Amino acid sequence: MAKMNMLQAINDALDLAMAANDKVLCFGEDVGVFGGVFRATSNLQQKYGKDRCFNTPLVEQGIIGFANGLAAQGSFPVAEIQFADYIFPAFDQIVNESAKFRYRSGNLFNVGNLTIRTPYGGGIAGGLYHSQSPEAYFAHTPGLKIVVPRNPHQAKGLLLASINDPNPTLFFEPKRLYRASVGEVPEGEYQLPLGEAEVLKEGTDVTVLGWGAQMEVIDKAVEMAEKEGFSCEVIDLRTILPWDVETVAESVLKTGRLVITHEAPLTGGFAGEIAATIQERCFLYLESPIARVTGMDTPFPLVLEKEHFPNHLKVYEAIRESVEF
Amino acid sequence: MTTTKSKTVYTPVFTDGAEYRIPTFKLLKQDGSLYKGGKAPDIDKEKALRIYHAMVTTRVLDERMLGAQRQGRLSFYMQCTGEEAAIIGSTAALDDADMIMAQYREQGALAYRGFTIDEFMNQLFGNEKDYGKGRQMPVHYGSSKLNYMTISSPLATQIPQATGYAYGQKMAGDGHCTIVYFGEGAASEGDFHAGLNMAAVHRVPAIFFCRNNGYAISTPADEQFAADGIAPRGFGYKMDTIRVDGNDILAVYQATEAARKLAVEENRPVLIEAMSYRLAAHSSSDDPSGYRSKDEEAVWREKDPILRMQNWLTKKKWWSEGEEKELQERLRREVLETMKRAQKLPPPPLETLVTDVYDEVPPLLSAQFEKLKAHIRKYPDEYPKSAIHVQGGA
Repeated sequence: MAKMNMLQAINDALDLAMAANDKVLCFGEDVGVFGGVFRATSNLQQKYGKDRCFNTPLVEQGIIGFANGLAAQGSFPVAEIQFADYIFPAFDQIVNESAKFRYRSGNLFNVGNLTIRTPYGGGIAGGLYHSQSPEAYFAHTPGLKIVVPRNPHQAKGLLLASINDPNPTLFFEPKRLYRASVGEVPEGEYQLPLGEAEVLKEGTDVTVLGWGAQMEVIDKAVEMAEKEGFSCEVIDLRTILPWDVETVAESVLKTGRLVITHEAPLTGGFAGEIAATIQERCFLYLESPIARVTGMDTPFPLVLEKEHFPNHLKVYEAIRESVEF
Repeated sequence: MTTTKSKTVYTPVFTDGAEYRIPTFKLLKQDGSLYKGGKAPDIDKEKALRIYHAMVTTRVLDERMLGAQRQGRLSFYMQCTGEEAAIIGSTAALDDADMIMAQYREQGALAYRGFTIDEFMNQLFGNEKDYGKGRQMPVHYGSSKLNYMTISSPLATQIPQATGYAYGQKMAGDGHCTIVYFGEGAASEGDFHAGLNMAAVHRVPAIFFCRNNGYAISTPADEQFAADGIAPRGFGYKMDTIRVDGNDILAVYQATEAARKLAVEENRPVLIEAMSYRLAAHSSSDDPSGYRSKDEEAVWREKDPILRMQNWLTKKKWWSEGEEKELQERLRREVLETMKRAQKLPPPPLETLVTDVYDEVPPLLSAQFEKLKAHIRKYPDEYPKSAIHVQGGA
């Protein structure tokens, strides 16, 4: 075990993946000698050479198109999109190409080796274009896996699993936690399962569900709620697509209440999808309406970020209202 | 750090590059003789006939399958007519292990590599033997054993993918390259710029082969770009670039052979612009009489690439009228018989609806599939019999 922040854990995972397999390549804007604007790829070019860790031109659709071709060829591309806000020029390559490569070829070809890493989320005074959480756009696309880690230990294990998973995987990194989240991380290679939510704390009154950086927000909110005597079950979804319906449904069958929180706007957010499925599975067991605590239906603001943010107070209020409904 | 090594001037001087006109490389005249100063590439009789056979196969298949579409036997079709030399000439200049990433009109490349009429038909009819499991519209062929990437409808997406594929080939050091085909219309897509720029920067063994056939559906080339074709864009990427007569099998072959050498031996990607003409409609859903004249088409019919090659073969005494007649008849017969066979084969089984989305069917999708099966069992007369058959006669 070693104490690491999330960036160090991600860097460690990439280092291990590149050491274990010559075919793992890391590339994107500024990821070469500079090690990426957040330094997630620090020292990888120095260690593995310019052929395996390199800068690309500033063209997201090109980066992912290139990565799709590499993956189809049998390499293991780990492509970085500098900010999730800038992934949209690559939307076509991800949605129409990565996601459909296997299906449309009848499994003659696939890009399962592809991993796309990208920092997402607010809380860093990033305004409209350095703050977004675009996971729901991609969750509407069968064929992709979408993974979001909550801390350094999870980031390393889930990233290694994403690189090794035989399906194209989008790995959203909560950049607010890059340096803020520090924890014990096992040395050497280990993988955490994709497609499995994790129950972090058991409780009986209400299930509180989130992913990524929202798990810290949930922790604070739950601490407040427990002081009021509300017993909360906390779940980290971890994989947005395909998501673990069973774990969430089992919990809600027990608690009868569900609060879901994400940073992305309410309308069309992934909480809506979870709510629809869970009410179908748990209809007769629900004690209160499923609550969603999310960003507002606005572009991500700058100066008024704090007001906009689905913070612990808003989550706490939702927990209280849900239990007292 | 800027990499521009330019002279300084002291008055504003603009340039649009017009002072440099890109020439067109030609070898073969329509009558089958060579232009003065041209030297035919080193193609022996066996290879020449393999090329010619693929060209005629493509033409016969296209004629017959468009007919089948018109009779309502097929939902959709796209012909390669007029562009056979550009496609087959370039593929023939490669190693059969080189990767082909095509746009959709390159069935000739598959015919050259040995895709059988059966394999074409199975895809066109989306039957149980279609490698693509009946998931894509007709002409979206693919073959892993022939190194032909399955076609994807979105235009130009294959271009940056080819750059990546070729980068992987370079890393593997296997001495292979990737050729990527696209039309002059698709070259307007952002993916074209992304793919060529990255190829030049990362020095990959890729050949970017533009089929400039004059039209993107109905939009003529002069409404697609203001420049002198696609080739000048190669300069902007510092890429070796050549323009070739796309109806000239020998010129296309020689240009591609030289391009492959640059790509594989020196990791220098190449842009080839093949000037040709789409003699047929864009697809079976298109009618060119709405946007171009019969006279214009007639001019290009005179430049038919297959006749041109046939004239060359005849001059070399490698081909005769009798052999031509025999080949045409045999292919027509084979296409007809195979079509009848392929049409009778059942569609892919119902579970192919949900397989290959991921490597394994995830639980939520499994549940959707179970629900669908129960629904089909309830309404067996409303769905194709093949779907019911899968349910074990339910």
